[in-house]
Amino acid sequence: MKKIIAALAVTVGLATPALAELTFPSLSYRTGPYAANGIPFADGYADYFTLVNERDGGIGGETINMIECETGYNTEKGVECYESTKGEGALLYQPLSTGITYQLIPRVSADGIPMHTLGYGRTSASNGKVFKWIFNYPATYWDGASVAIKYLLDENGGDLSGKKIGLVYHNSAYGKEPIRTLTELSAKHGFELLELPVDAPGQEQRSTWVQVRQQKPDYILMWGWGVMNQVAVQEAVNIRFPMENFIGIWWSGSENDVKPAGPRADGYKALNFHAAGADFAIYDDLEQYVFSTGKAAGAGDQQGTVLYNRGLYAAMIAVEAAKKAQEIHGTAAITPAQMRDGLEQLEMTDEKMTELGLDGFGPTFAASCENHGGSGKAAINQWNAETGTWEVLTDYIQSDQELIQRLVEEDSLAYAEENDIELRCQ
Amino acid sequence: MPDQLLFATEVVLNGFMAGVLYALVALGFVLIFKASGIFNYAQGVMALFAALTLVGIMDGQVPFAPLINAVFGTNIHGFGWTVPALAAILITMVVMVIFAIVVNWLVLRHLVNQDPIILFMATIGLAYFLEGLGDMMWGSEIKTLDVGLPQGLNSWIDEATFNIFGYGFYIDNLDISAAIIAAILVTGLVAFSQYTKQGRALRAVADDHQAALSVGISLNFIWVLTWSIAGFVALVAGVMWGAKSGVQFSLSLIALKALPVLMLGGFTSIPGAIVGGLIIGVGEKLFEFLVGPLVGGATENWFAYVLALIFLVFRPQGLFGEKIIERV
Repeated sequence: MKKIIAALAVTVGLATPALAELTFPSLSYRTGPYAANGIPFADGYADYFTLVNERDGGIGGETINMIECETGYNTEKGVECYESTKGEGALLYQPLSTGITYQLIPRVSADGIPMHTLGYGRTSASNGKVFKWIFNYPATYWDGASVAIKYLLDENGGDLSGKKIGLVYHNSAYGKEPIRTLTELSAKHGFELLELPVDAPGQEQRSTWVQVRQQKPDYILMWGWGVMNQVAVQEAVNIRFPMENFIGIWWSGSENDVKPAGPRADGYKALNFHAAGADFAIYDDLEQYVFSTGKAAGAGDQQGTVLYNRGLYAAMIAVEAAKKAQEIHGTAAITPAQMRDGLEQLEMTDEKMTELGLDGFGPTFAASCENHGGSGKAAINQWNAETGTWEVLTDYIQSDQELIQRLVEEDSLAYAEENDIELRCQ
Repeated sequence: MPDQLLFATEVVLNGFMAGVLYALVALGFVLIFKASGIFNYAQGVMALFAALTLVGIMDGQVPFAPLINAVFGTNIHGFGWTVPALAAILITMVVMVIFAIVVNWLVLRHLVNQDPIILFMATIGLAYFLEGLGDMMWGSEIKTLDVGLPQGLNSWIDEATFNIFGYGFYIDNLDISAAIIAAILVTGLVAFSQYTKQGRALRAVADDHQAALSVGISLNFIWVLTWSIAGFVALVAGVMWGAKSGVQFSLSLIALKALPVLMLGGFTSIPGAIVGGLIIGVGEKLFEFLVGPLVGGATENWFAYVLALIFLVFRPQGLFGEKIIERV
């Protein structure tokens, strides 16, 4: 019997890979209605970690262990994924869902594990004085709303008074995020805001677009996700709404959102806080260490797409923050609390991005104790249906920080009071 | 005509068109429920699977390519040819017939005389299996579906209404095509069930399984036939909805739109599915137009169910459903 147990122990020992030092869970969704968007992000996220392991031998000599857990973009499953992986020494969570983010904010805060919500989640979490464990740089939804309006101001000689701007939004916590900012901006700049909610999943939106025809907004902004985006672009095409006057947030600006509408989607615009395409030096390394060696995640067919690049960008920030944490604490085997310190002192400069093979890939920003939201910059991209690519129309535009900071302060302080949180960074 | 009345008329017309699309999905449920008493949870996924198969065939995609590549280390994606829409539709119909035979052979014939809840549970399993199979066969990226149906604002209606009322109505060409196809489909189904031997056999099975068996009607054949027709209806629904949004996995959620239609029209009536679809379509659009702005909008999803529930209070069997009489 002892021999059997010993043999089993040896077998188990051989079958189990050596415990990795740095664990990054990937709360992904490769199945279900939102899989088409979840897959490229998850692939990019995994491929960047594979690249760092293969090319650099990990971070500071410690290999990365990425644990993938399927959420199906379902909040309950997302929380289950968190609970089942946090005990594995998880250093950072990036849940890729605003719904899951809201559920995890109190949990990660209690467990002392940092969470980075890249351009999604709770906007006011950018106030580090209140949200110690949450980071949402380089830009938030409120930044997105402000950048879109700034761009339209530029397009209209600095005057939007008398204009009507429609907001077609996913009728959820995510979709409702920009309403407060846009309401304030409409008062400030004198435009009329027309709110047009769409119930999830958004397969049928005829009422919304009939209203658009009847109300005749000059511009439409969209906060959509999944099938809602494709149907909205198609409906806009159908009613012959000028596509150059239709601007989506970065979650409504992938190839998936415009391709089903074909050539008539040409001219549609979307915000983004990073570049699209594969014309970056890092892709040479990916080819050498990941793609050509058969180590690419998924089918390996998503390279250069907006959401694949976003996955790369998210993983790159995780790796750079881990490096920063190792530098601060003088140890390679960092803890979640040390990882948080790295995230809080992370600075992304042009030089650093060039060094990483990502020259001009994203905006520069510097996090701090107070600022967990980054610089709040985003660029406007435009879809070229003929070439099937996103063209960059503008530089990174700075959001209206005066307004955004005021709103962030109000919302986060109310949260702090509600939850009896002591302010930091005093 | 006052602006509000014009707008409301446009909304009602669009409600009718949306109702036809809901009815297309509901029809598949009705066909299977009528013939076998099974509430087919997999109907939405069947529409997705049929549309995925159609696009895959049209694009000359190799089925199971990602799996083949992963196992054998190959890099194959397509055959290098494309198939015309009509031929691809015919091939997809054959695939749906094969699917019906396999479902009957592997699942249904083992569950004869089981409680309806057992059969319902089996279709839940079938839905998950079919979704995974579709993913493995054709991949999960969003696919553009173009079978040559016109899409976009109908210029003739736009101009004609503009000349009369000074405001052009928006009716989508795809919705007009859907209405015509639905009319042909329903006429065909009614003619089939009334005037063909197989159709009469189908009705006999629907009325009483045991009696139908006793006069020599093959239950296996009838179930394969029913599931094949439901597969064809699913293909039509998948094409119409897939043309709007691209073929993607959220297509399976269109089943949610069919439920209030079924509750309202009755689970056993083909005309009920059509009338129910139209009432739900017009009702939800008109409610959104009139009441939506007062309550923050996005009322369509829940209002459809509320409307169906109101009808249920007065007619539990639905508008056209068979009255259930249970003697003790």
